Amino acid sequence: MTEDLNPTGMPERARIDHDAVKPRRDSPRGGRKGEQLQVPEAEFRSYYGRPIIKAPVWKNPDVPLYLFLGGLAGSSAVLAAMAGPTGRPSLRRAGRYAAVGGAMGGTVFLIHDLHRPSRFLHMLRVFKPTSPLSVGSWILSPFAAFATAAAGAEALAPYLRGRRGAKTLQVAGDAAGVGAAVVGPALATYTAVLISNTAVPTWHEAHRHLPVLFAGSAAAAGGGFGLVFSRVEDNEPAQRLAIAGAVVELVTEEKMTRDLGMLADVYDKGRAKTLMTASKACLVVGAAGAVVGRRKRWAAALSGLALMAGSALTRFGVFDAGIASANDPAHIVVPQRERIRRREEAVQAGTTPPDRHYVPAAGN
Amino acid sequence: MTNVFDAFSGTANSLYGELPDPAADAGFDPSHPKRVGFFTDTSVCIGCKACEVACKEWNLVPDDGTDASDLYRLTGMSYDNTGDLGASTWRHVAFIEDVRPHGSATTAHGGAVPAEPTTGHIPSGLPALGGGALPKAPRDAATAPPGPGGTGTGTVDLLTLLPDAGAHGQQTPDDERDVRWLMASDVCKHCTHAGCLDNCPTGALFRTEFGTVVVQDDICNGCGYCVPSCPYGVIDVRGSDGGAHKCTLCYDRLGSGLEPACAKACPTQSIQFGDLDELQAAADARLAELHGRGVNEARLYGRDENDGVGGDGAFFLLLDEPEVYGLPPDPIVTTRDLPEMWRNAALTAVGLGAAALAAFWKGGRR
Repeated sequence: MTEDLNPTGMPERARIDHDAVKPRRDSPRGGRKGEQLQVPEAEFRSYYGRPIIKAPVWKNPDVPLYLFLGGLAGSSAVLAAMAGPTGRPSLRRAGRYAAVGGAMGGTVFLIHDLHRPSRFLHMLRVFKPTSPLSVGSWILSPFAAFATAAAGAEALAPYLRGRRGAKTLQVAGDAAGVGAAVVGPALATYTAVLISNTAVPTWHEAHRHLPVLFAGSAAAAGGGFGLVFSRVEDNEPAQRLAIAGAVVELVTEEKMTRDLGMLADVYDKGRAKTLMTASKACLVVGAAGAVVGRRKRWAAALSGLALMAGSALTRFGVFDAGIASANDPAHIVVPQRERIRRREEAVQAGTTPPDRHYVPAAGN
Repeated sequence: MTNVFDAFSGTANSLYGELPDPAADAGFDPSHPKRVGFFTDTSVCIGCKACEVACKEWNLVPDDGTDASDLYRLTGMSYDNTGDLGASTWRHVAFIEDVRPHGSATTAHGGAVPAEPTTGHIPSGLPALGGGALPKAPRDAATAPPGPGGTGTGTVDLLTLLPDAGAHGQQTPDDERDVRWLMASDVCKHCTHAGCLDNCPTGALFRTEFGTVVVQDDICNGCGYCVPSCPYGVIDVRGSDGGAHKCTLCYDRLGSGLEPACAKACPTQSIQFGDLDELQAAADARLAELHGRGVNEARLYGRDENDGVGGDGAFFLLLDEPEVYGLPPDPIVTTRDLPEMWRNAALTAVGLGAAALAAFWKGGRR
């Protein structure tokens, strides 16, 4: 048990990272938003500075890795399904193996994340569209089945070459690959709903950005994997997808932190800041390398690795930011007070009260 | 729910908005019992923690998870050594020592001191506490934030806590501060729109025929999704057994016609149990009474059926802003935005698939 660092192994109340909660915004906001005025220190009251909502008990690195692997598998499945008919066997093989590896690895992490892993099959007890985790289980299960079948056909093909059943195997593998490709994108983006459909302010209020961010991240990961493991004559689609994904991811991350207002401060401090900075560096380097170095095997592989690392680091950064946000009572009180104030103002002015949507706090 | 697509049909307010009968929405036939709940009147709470103890005893809730090396540690938060609600704390009594510089609040009110009734903020139906000899300076500073120098981190002289210290002319060593105490027994709100219930992937959380929300421990697989789904931070996963736990509103006792253990044990009727509509009427009357007696800082929390969670099954009368008690001031059930989230995710998935297809555009084999 000594190596088990997961927070729930500790006493329940020790999950609060007081060092992360207490010193509040001692440094001015990031210089990268130079044109934006510094958000004034928010006045708020709380119960001894304690968190108001409970931070997720999800394990790190299980859940961020699952987010990454789901994206990797989902976009790789589409690449693999297209690579076959367009005559790119090495990209098809890489995509199928990435899909099955991501699905299997993700499933293992998801089960390990459960606090009662022996009951993992309870996830398929019901189908609940109100529960993103239920929907996700029903997305992951068929995807894993399709991806396994496609990868199995890929693995068996050399042994059956020229024998009876080789054609059947290929057709079956292709059909399974198409099935995985149809489900794959949903596997890559539903995880955004999974984390934004919580009371964690930094996640919930980014529910318009996170699907795009995660789709971009998935494309960068899947394309990156294709760059690493396919031959240079086959890797052009992977290169394109990876570059597009990296650009979408970088742009969306920037837009998300702007739109979040004061809630973005968790991206400007602590480990989340380190992770997101590293992620951006990896994505920029990887995308640039993919542009210029695709035709060199080693350059393509290095670029692909950087893109995959950037994608994974984004997931870890978003996860960390959410934990910090949940532990910060200001993230609950200040936006909710602002919401109440705007509603009261509208009532006094006789206008229609605004909906209870999040409004970025003062200073924006 | 009777039909999984009801939630997204737009006609039923299953995810957000006013919902008069959550039990019927969950599929119980109209003959189900009336919705029950708690009305916790914090103005008469004396902080005895009988509710915490009664809850633990009846429900066999284990130790709070304080680890063996640090058993019975103190939080430093007044007399609150429980901290917050959690998997093994289903009732939690909050203590707020509101210490502020003497008279600072009255000047902020622009010399309105004589106009204030003598009850000041000293609440409640405990008139014997103050009698006619209430302190000379009304401590009506409920809505002002604690002054920077007056937060309760230092030692508090117990003499200053005597309500009639001034009236007796006692010279306390520290005459500069006013102290008031806020005590509140917090509990699961049994929301009309319960984020924990809607987000539970296994169906372990369910709506009872009484309109309450309960975890079935033999179904829960410890995924922990309910934990960040609660806008109040109530439910949590217990380290020792890996399952999610929270107040059941003593579902087992309700079935036998008994009231929940905490309400039964409460010596001041701060915790009232009953049919929700009757409790709401009682709370409205209590609020009007307190306002009539000049306790203007009294307010109901969770009573409004149009609030972000459709109203709470367990609601409160508070004497300060909710966040002072560790409650969110304007909670919204997370599923309010779920239909939009699914739409966005579906559109983005289509976009990702299209991008991956487009990556093969005019890419002949080289």
